[in-house]
Amino acid sequence: MRVKKLAVVSEECVACGCCQKECPLGAISIYRGLYAVVDPNKCIGCGKCAKICPASVISIVERKGQNEKEKALV
Amino acid sequence: MKRKKHWYDYLWIASGLYLVLGFFNILFAWLGIICFITPLLISIISGTKGYCNHYCGRGQLFELLGRRFNFSRNRDIPYWMRSKWFRYGFLAFFMIMFFNMLFSTWLVFSGAKSLREVVTLFWVFKLPWHWASTATVSPWITQFAFGFYSIMLTSTLLGLITMALYKPRSWCVYCPMGTMTQGICKVKYKIQNSK
Repeated sequence: MRVKKLAVVSEECVACGCCQKECPLGAISIYRGLYAVVDPNKCIGCGKCAKICPASVISIVERKGQNEKEKALV
Repeated sequence: MKRKKHWYDYLWIASGLYLVLGFFNILFAWLGIICFITPLLISIISGTKGYCNHYCGRGQLFELLGRRFNFSRNRDIPYWMRSKWFRYGFLAFFMIMFFNMLFSTWLVFSGAKSLREVVTLFWVFKLPWHWASTATVSPWITQFAFGFYSIMLTSTLLGLITMALYKPRSWCVYCPMGTMTQGICKVKYKIQNSK
């Protein structure tokens, strides 16, 4: 079973959009001004979003490959 | 993959220019209303934080200074600063001071108080600002400009301090406009979901 790195956003997200701009693959979008949402099919877990996030609410976690369709938002 | 640049990626120039223009003529402070009204309108009409996400020149300025020019330590912001208590508490404090500024403008308008040519930093420190040319307009217009410029300069300085201490756009975490627009988005989302 393949292990994939994935960005995960906590519910303390302030929806500033820094991560969206930073993501090289356009995997992050801001859902209705509420929080950032990561597309697990696009995310490669590079960690650029976590590095830039001013609220430090993004973490990179390892997920099993079979869950690729599940939403990364926790 | 490099992101394509848009016109709004250069709004940091406007933000920087705004602060500089205030030194020459305080009346330019009125332009800052754009930064108050636009995010509110975007969040009320479209239900998004489009202003924060794309058009905030101040955020871009902090990013430029913090990342490109390395003026930031790039540390994580303390937990209390991103807690809801602090964010909404700072918004409440900011709003009280904003209405206090409007009240001072009203007092000058009604003639109960004379114009004070000072810029107040961090709501406490009064800087004499006598070089600004204000003779052409009513005193209340100038009073509002001084008050508004005080708010804009103070918030920029707070943003610069947190930019230097933590991550470049740490200001975005507790920015009163950001907190307010996110609040509007939450309310809008709840109303639309309850229908």
